[in-house]
Amino acid sequence: MDAATLHPVHHEAHETGVMRWLTTTNHKDIGTLYLWFSLAMFLFAGSLAMLIRAELFQPGLQFLQPAVFNQLTAMHGLLMIFGAIMPAFVGFANWQVPLMIGAPDMAFPRLNNWSFWLLPAAACLLLASFFVPGGAMAAGWTLYPPLFIQGGIAYDMTILAIHILGISSILGAINIITTILNLRAPGMTLMKMPLFVWTWLITAFLLVAVMPILASVVTMLLTDRHFGTHFFDAAGGGDPVMFQHIFWFFGHPEVYIMILPAFGIVSTIIPTFARKPLFGYVSMVYAVASIAILSFMVWAHHMFTTGMPAAGQLFFMYSTMLIAVPTGVKVFNWVATLWRGSISFETPMLFALAVVFLFTIGGFSGLVLAMVPVDIQLQDTYYVVAHFHYVLFSGAAMSIMAAIYYWLPKWTGHMYDERLGKLHFWLTTIAFNITFFPMHFLGLAGMPRRIPDYALQFAGFNMMASIGAFVLGASQLIFLYTVVKCIRGGAPAGDKPWDGATTLEWTLPSPAPYHSFATPPVLDEEPVHDHT
Amino acid sequence: MIAPTLGALGAMAGLAINLPPPATGIATEIYELHTLVLWICAGIFVVVFVPMFYALWRHRKARGHVAAGFHGNTRLEVVWTVIPMLILVGMAWPATRVVLAMKNVGGSDLTIKVTGHQWKWEYEYLDDGPRFVSNLATPREQIDNGQPKSDHYLLEVDKPLVVPTGRKVRLVFTATDVIHSWWVPAIGVKQDAIPGFIREAWFQVDQAGVFRGQCAELCGVGHAFMPIVVEAVPPERFAAWKTEQATATAIAAAAGKEFSLAELKTRGEQVYTTNCAVCHQPTGVGIAGTFPPLDRSPVATGAKAAHLDRVFHGKPGTAMQAFGPQLSDLDIAAVITYERNSWHNQAGDQLQPAEVAALRK
Repeated sequence: MDAATLHPVHHEAHETGVMRWLTTTNHKDIGTLYLWFSLAMFLFAGSLAMLIRAELFQPGLQFLQPAVFNQLTAMHGLLMIFGAIMPAFVGFANWQVPLMIGAPDMAFPRLNNWSFWLLPAAACLLLASFFVPGGAMAAGWTLYPPLFIQGGIAYDMTILAIHILGISSILGAINIITTILNLRAPGMTLMKMPLFVWTWLITAFLLVAVMPILASVVTMLLTDRHFGTHFFDAAGGGDPVMFQHIFWFFGHPEVYIMILPAFGIVSTIIPTFARKPLFGYVSMVYAVASIAILSFMVWAHHMFTTGMPAAGQLFFMYSTMLIAVPTGVKVFNWVATLWRGSISFETPMLFALAVVFLFTIGGFSGLVLAMVPVDIQLQDTYYVVAHFHYVLFSGAAMSIMAAIYYWLPKWTGHMYDERLGKLHFWLTTIAFNITFFPMHFLGLAGMPRRIPDYALQFAGFNMMASIGAFVLGASQLIFLYTVVKCIRGGAPAGDKPWDGATTLEWTLPSPAPYHSFATPPVLDEEPVHDHT
Repeated sequence: MIAPTLGALGAMAGLAINLPPPATGIATEIYELHTLVLWICAGIFVVVFVPMFYALWRHRKARGHVAAGFHGNTRLEVVWTVIPMLILVGMAWPATRVVLAMKNVGGSDLTIKVTGHQWKWEYEYLDDGPRFVSNLATPREQIDNGQPKSDHYLLEVDKPLVVPTGRKVRLVFTATDVIHSWWVPAIGVKQDAIPGFIREAWFQVDQAGVFRGQCAELCGVGHAFMPIVVEAVPPERFAAWKTEQATATAIAAAAGKEFSLAELKTRGEQVYTTNCAVCHQPTGVGIAGTFPPLDRSPVATGAKAAHLDRVFHGKPGTAMQAFGPQLSDLDIAAVITYERNSWHNQAGDQLQPAEVAALRK
């Protein structure tokens, strides 16, 4: 049953079958495409992680030679970041930003189609690179030269893929900025926008600012590889460390590109299920903005062991520690939102609460790593692996899961299976901690990251982490099943399945009609977010 | 919760859950700094999550709790912005002190140049001492699970870095190919070795002992296989060790001797396993697309001089490094002879150390 038969009111011609998806300019269709693409990449990059953990189950080389192992770690990172996390958030922006601000569609619908369809092209390049001579790129997702310069044709394919992904992100971001700034329903001032929209507005500015930097730096790699330049080669007057400076000037805002929309999701879900307005809306907006600005001033904390002068180390230590302040404000506001609410624990809420709890642990390890002397011990160890998985899995990925469960009823018109959702939640949360918590200990005890084989004293926790990882991986199949089941049927959701929800999408029927808000909604006298 | 439980279980099972026991003043300060931050985090954890879980328990809809309507409190928001700032200042102060101490490389008693190569470390005592390459000592059979693993599996080397106790040792770092990172946790030094640049660090060990670490920056397929072993010995023993090294070098230099094909091949196989097999593989087939094969290769079956040139000078822009400065004349002669007469290569000729020595002039 396609959307046209469901909603005979909107009988404008649109293609059916494959052509519908190839040619669609509808924000809901494109949002759906982004989300399916993201899920496919999540499962694929996740299975690479399963191979990594299988190899690390015991000391010694079991299944994979080091050359292949390095390809898996590099591609796992690259695909999770650019294939799974970022497209998922763009998918949510596509579906939800127009619905939440009362706009009929995105500002540039055709551009929107193009932004999405660039992604599969980039993904094909990256996947195909496993099959070229020498295998896929194996220099880590951070692409550090001179190691990157040594690689084969796959490295050039990676550069091209990154260019395509970057163009897609920039176009998507421009579209989101334009939509938010121009297509809000009358009466929805900036400070009445739902926080999810705010976080995306700021994220989109970050994307526009830093993706060109990534594009520049990979172009420099390309010309170093093939056209005789020496940007990163000391023998020609270049400097390999300059790559790291430019890369991380992109890379650190990139971290916040992956976490700010997650903050927006949590700030949407917690008030809904606490049945209480978000605490400190204005300070939340300012906190997100300060985090975004500070994110441009902390890049070199990824490089404390490169040997920068004391003044450099101290500056980046202080600026990094400063980020803890607005981040702390957000966590405090979420707790205060819960305080004296009327709280219930549906699956989206469980995921959102887990994000608050586990992301905060990732914040603590971030604080530990901000201290230069401690960082020098822990840089490039499993402690860092633990840290960024607490931020990016239990921060970004679990907030994506929370949002899927939260909005699926609106998108499909059906309730998901609550029992399966909760099963997915508990298995994911427990397995995640069994996988990644021991990695803190491994890093402290001295295990470097990105190694296919390790000394015997690391065996115990590695085995534990591998077992956790296998459960974590398998649990995601439950997620896939629950989503498919919900799309195919289930109890009718009604317009507003969550009684505490306040944003505009819940004023529409479920599933949301193919075209919505063709005439702008009239906002209640009660503003969306009162902040006196 | 899960986290402390795991930690406790791990500790009970004898697994390390913290930084290793520090062997230098700096490592001790880092250890204490980490403990301090951990306690601060634990405090914040309690302050944040006790109220949160209390609310989750008490203010449940299932208990019939009715939501309050408040959504802001300026005084509270100022408090929880200012207090974290003060805590951060309290953390930054001791951290700054340690940063400055770590940077203070002046007044050192000896300087050692550390050079990272794919995948081994080279040490040169710049004042008056020896220069040697330190390789992984774990046999390939252990890595491939053909033999039981030794106690210091992957953390053992053929020649450790020997340093005197009670002396300030300054290290200068560089690399020849890609970025490596020299890390010994107990000593509290981790410094990237960057090709074309010099970086420095220092340490002083007061108690004799053996300290192990490994490369911490992804440097290619052998990244897991370039460990570091530092042996701190009393100054008298250090002086004796240096004399020994000088003698060994003198013997190696007097390499006028002619070796037989069999002698060269036997030694060459060891050299090959240590230096070449990671890329070109024990069977000489290489890794398609990344590392060329030696078996039936034009270089290993062609002219001897060209083969020697490639090994001695390397191939710029690739992972094939110049082994001339790293290996002795005998080792270069041996490994080339081995490569020319192994697998399907049947050149039948041999190279003598004297021919390599001629290149050095």
